[in-house]
Amino acid sequence: MNQAARSVVLHGLVIALLVAMFFVLPEYHSGNLARILVLAVFAMGYNVLFGYTGLLSLGHALFFASGMYGLGLSIQFLSASPMLAIVIGLITAVVVSGVIGFLALRTTGVAFMIVTLMFAQAGFLTVLFFGKYTRGDEGFVIQRAQRILFGVDLSQPLPRYFAALILFAICLCLIAWMVHSRFGKTLVAIRENEERARMLGYDIQRHKLMAVIISGTMSGAAGAAYALLFGYAGASFAAVQYSILPLLYVLLGGAGTTIGPLIGTVFMFYLIDISSEYTDAYLLIAGLALILLTLFAPHGIAGILRKKLAWLP
Amino acid sequence: MDFGPHLFVASLEGAITAAVLALTAVGLSIVFGIMRVVNVAHGEFFMLGAVIAWWITSLIAGHPALGFTVALIAAPIIVGALAVICNRFVLHKINYEPERTIVATIGLLYVIQQTTLMTFGPEARPVEAPFNKRIALPWFEFGESGFALTWPWGLSTTTYKLAVIAAAVVILLVLWTVMTRTKIGLIMRATQLDQEMAQAYGIAVNKVYALVFGLGAALAALGAVLVVPIQQAHYLMGDDPLLLSFIVVIIGGLGSVPGTVLAAVLIGMSDGIISVFFTPTLAKILATLLVAFVLIFKPDGLFGKRRE
Repeated sequence: MNQAARSVVLHGLVIALLVAMFFVLPEYHSGNLARILVLAVFAMGYNVLFGYTGLLSLGHALFFASGMYGLGLSIQFLSASPMLAIVIGLITAVVVSGVIGFLALRTTGVAFMIVTLMFAQAGFLTVLFFGKYTRGDEGFVIQRAQRILFGVDLSQPLPRYFAALILFAICLCLIAWMVHSRFGKTLVAIRENEERARMLGYDIQRHKLMAVIISGTMSGAAGAAYALLFGYAGASFAAVQYSILPLLYVLLGGAGTTIGPLIGTVFMFYLIDISSEYTDAYLLIAGLALILLTLFAPHGIAGILRKKLAWLP
Repeated sequence: MDFGPHLFVASLEGAITAAVLALTAVGLSIVFGIMRVVNVAHGEFFMLGAVIAWWITSLIAGHPALGFTVALIAAPIIVGALAVICNRFVLHKINYEPERTIVATIGLLYVIQQTTLMTFGPEARPVEAPFNKRIALPWFEFGESGFALTWPWGLSTTTYKLAVIAAAVVILLVLWTVMTRTKIGLIMRATQLDQEMAQAYGIAVNKVYALVFGLGAALAALGAVLVVPIQQAHYLMGDDPLLLSFIVVIIGGLGSVPGTVLAAVLIGMSDGIISVFFTPTLAKILATLLVAFVLIFKPDGLFGKRRE
């Protein structure tokens, strides 16, 4: 099998497995899995920038929140239909990531990390500042009647799961395709050696900006989907934890791999879920995982798998 | 109170913020300047200083000054030692690679913070000040009888608050003397300028790094011990100092100690005064955006010199 065929088979199998999961798993876990799929989309968006382009952002909560509030506020205050609200959420994410990318990409390395962190913090505080509309930390609920897309009630487990899966599948296919495209290969070239890519005549800034916008929009789509499927938007999704989580998912699963973000999200989600039954200090697990991963497994689970299976995309 | 006395009190409170912030931020600044390490867990070392101070003072009976004096010496040493351990077993192992270091220190932040939550608990706990005498402050007026001093109600401070400011000034002067006048300071500055060259001249760079990381954390802890009688110890109290220290270090010019102190005074003073005119949230939004734009358009800080 050539590379393209392998990629189609692998990703087809992953999606088929996820379809089957809904019917196999008990309701509690399939509900979790719907959440995991949406968060995995967030992680996949993050991976476009971190894994493929080599830019470490500490501010992706801002993009997640742009999608979430773009959708949530337009339903709440403009009584937009879900479809229109999704479009508004995506446009918000495109605009926000475009502006942040344009500004933040003037810096590199550590400065880029701090600038994205600061912008995301400013975004989080802005959500709190307009508490009259966003209801701040408390958040607001999107009513069931406003979550009916094409006659399908997204508050029900089955439609909700498959809506999440469809979004996940679209993003997975987009990334699998991107990896083999000219554009994706240029991003990897920038990650590996920016100077050389520049010498070869690639427009580095334009490629990086495109990567930020794709990454931010995918994260925004995840945020919008989260609000629509689970009916809630709150400031905690804009807080710094939600910038750290996708980094953690991607590091654990394997940066720069197509299925790494999903693997990382599944593991981390259940690790936190199980530990939060025992203690309030469940973020301790996140902290330990971050330290242990940077020390011992900087390439994550998929990275370890890839050592055995070199063809893994 | 009239506007004048009100502003006077606000700037006194601002001076205390500035004093503590200067200590914390200088700690962050020397770690960045000498080791090129962005320590996201710095705020947690601050928090640990306050929590350990509470723990020590609650163990020692007798006059509050006794426990506080022990805490003032012991807490920075304990926190510094802990930082040296973190440096040895985490940062050193990943070779101080900038991006992995940030990820690892984010991990340290959660580990320290959440461990404190599990042991110390979620409550805020007070520490008694060693001395705390209220001083009424005079205000001048041009009345009918010409120039006169009055003592408006509410215009006051305490001896302890003034002592905090004095202590911070003394500590910073000592640090400045050590950095510029002693051999160990010379070694630190040599390592800052060129790490490989320093190594070639027989400086044990690893030991210098351990010392600097410990010293940076100890300075944060020292600031926290000084402020804990005014503020109370809480497991989340490291968040604000971290953000403010970042702001100060970036505006002052990364790694420049005098710039950091100057920026700390500027930010600390204006933080109190701005909060009088704007809501705290708006003040924080403006401050974070300021940092982002300084890094984008003036990456060497407002007072920093261009580095080659």
